Amino acid sequence: MADECILRFENVSMHFDGDDAPALDRVSFNLMAGETIVLFGAAGAGKTVLLKLAVGLLRPVSGRILLFGRDVTELREQEWYAMRARAGILFQEGGLFDSMTIEENVSYPMLNQKLVEIAPEEVHRRVEEVLQFVGLPQTMDKFPSELSGGMRRRVGIARATVTHPKLLMYDSPTAGLDPITANRIIALLIKERELRNTASMIVTHRFQDGHMLATFRYNPQTDKVLEASPEQREKLHTRFFVMKDGRLVFEGTEEELDKSTDPYISKFTMQRV
Amino acid sequence: MFDFLKPPVLSFQEYLALAGRATQNVVRRPFYGQDVLLQMDTIGVGSIPITILIGFFSGAVMALQMSRALAQYGASGEVGKITAITLVRELGPVLTALLVAGRNASGIASELGSMKVTEQIDAMRALGTDPIKKLVTPRLIALCIMLPLLTVLADFIGLFGGYMVGVPLLRLTTGAQYWMSSYQSLEFNDLGQGLLKPFVFAYIIASVGCFFGMRTTGGTQGVGRATTQAVVVASVWIFVIDIVMTRIFLWIAT
Ligand SMILES: Nc1ncnc2c1ncn2[C@@H]1O[C@H](COP(=O)(O)OP(=O)(O)OP(=O)(O)O)[C@@H](O)[C@H]1O
Ligand SMILES: [Mg+2]
Repeated sequence: MADECILRFENVSMHFDGDDAPALDRVSFNLMAGETIVLFGAAGAGKTVLLKLAVGLLRPVSGRILLFGRDVTELREQEWYAMRARAGILFQEGGLFDSMTIEENVSYPMLNQKLVEIAPEEVHRRVEEVLQFVGLPQTMDKFPSELSGGMRRRVGIARATVTHPKLLMYDSPTAGLDPITANRIIALLIKERELRNTASMIVTHRFQDGHMLATFRYNPQTDKVLEASPEQREKLHTRFFVMKDGRLVFEGTEEELDKSTDPYISKFTMQRV
Repeated sequence: MFDFLKPPVLSFQEYLALAGRATQNVVRRPFYGQDVLLQMDTIGVGSIPITILIGFFSGAVMALQMSRALAQYGASGEVGKITAITLVRELGPVLTALLVAGRNASGIASELGSMKVTEQIDAMRALGTDPIKKLVTPRLIALCIMLPLLTVLADFIGLFGGYMVGVPLLRLTTGAQYWMSSYQSLEFNDLGQGLLKPFVFAYIIASVGCFFGMRTTGGTQGVGRATTQAVVVASVWIFVIDIVMTRIFLWIAT
């Protein structure tokens, strides 16, 4: 694994006008290439705010953010467009454009993102390929409103990954889904990170998602996601973060998370099925 | 001491910033021509039936009201002139603008508001497009083109409404004289006023609608709030700007 730092937060704080408490309180961490961070936290803990800060959709009130080694804290919106092309994000509320078809949605980043250079005749093929990847090849001409929640989530993943960004962030990809669909989505994330060695950050409320990410591998020969042997697990580089009221209160491996005796932190492991 | 003034002043600053950026984008690449055409269709073409309806009745009622007043001075023949002047200078621009504000400031605010709360605006920024360029500027351009046209339409239909009341119904004057006096009464100043007003109103409607849409927070409830605010604020500003512009044109004319 290259020791390239993909995303770095240094004492980042965020405060919204009119709120008493900060939404993010002096958060620091590093996300290295090939690494996965699973982010837990109660509603309102600041998980979404953290992801949006990372791609400049919000501006921190203090601290420093480095994306791909570049200080982006003071970047102007126009300069951000080039940086964002290297990061993919799945939004909690979906963020699919509901006036556009699935094909238009998925091709949107290829046609609009700066620095992404894909020949126009290539675009259609890439859309087909990525929809195949998420298992929705038949939906091209449908509108988001015609799909189920789980299908929309997968279209969102397709749109976030279609340009093969080096950093992928998924905000609650499994929230509100049945366990079968949820596992299927996590399997997709595992497949994506394995094939492209992306750094990923996954917000979730389900411990099981984190457990899968920490212990499962994708096997290209059989096209299946399987439990990895203990020595392989080391290579998955999955870390767990827990947030509470805007602060990062835990940072460590799955084992350390399991051992934690803090009542708030252990709440996230006790949901284990 | 003036703390209570802070939120409205800040909002107004934000509004000016948005309107300013949207206006600059009119001459900046990339241009989203497709979106402009789409908006011209939904905002402009979609408003034609109601504009015709309102135009006709406002002209008709104008002529009806004036018929008595004019008769007192023995000037019934002037009905065309009165209708033309009030319509072109005042009623056409203001009524059409209010109508379009009710129909489209709300439409724009609720559309952008829903996009905001479902993170489509964030997604747009994350995927490389400036939502002000892609969403606000096309609406601004579309309205600034369509509202003057709609106003002209309302004026003509209104004159026709006045004719229907004045000539076949009340027989105040002859058809030829009606059209002649209305045509002759209009000066260049009136036409300028009649076209510049809707242009400015269009700018207000589009920018206010977009402003409230883009700053929506708080889920679907927030969308409802944004919609109402957009219509109220746009309508109030239309009246305020109308009186200011009328004053300026009167001053120019003298
Ligand atoms: N645009 C905003 N304006 C004002 N306050 C905000 C905004 N976005 C988030 N907040 C506040 O910041 C805090 C953190 O919100 P955030 O959305 O990050 O929570 P979360 O951890 O993602 O929760 P959930 O699990 O429910 O998605 C909350 O108190 C929220 O009210
Ligand atoms: Mg969230």
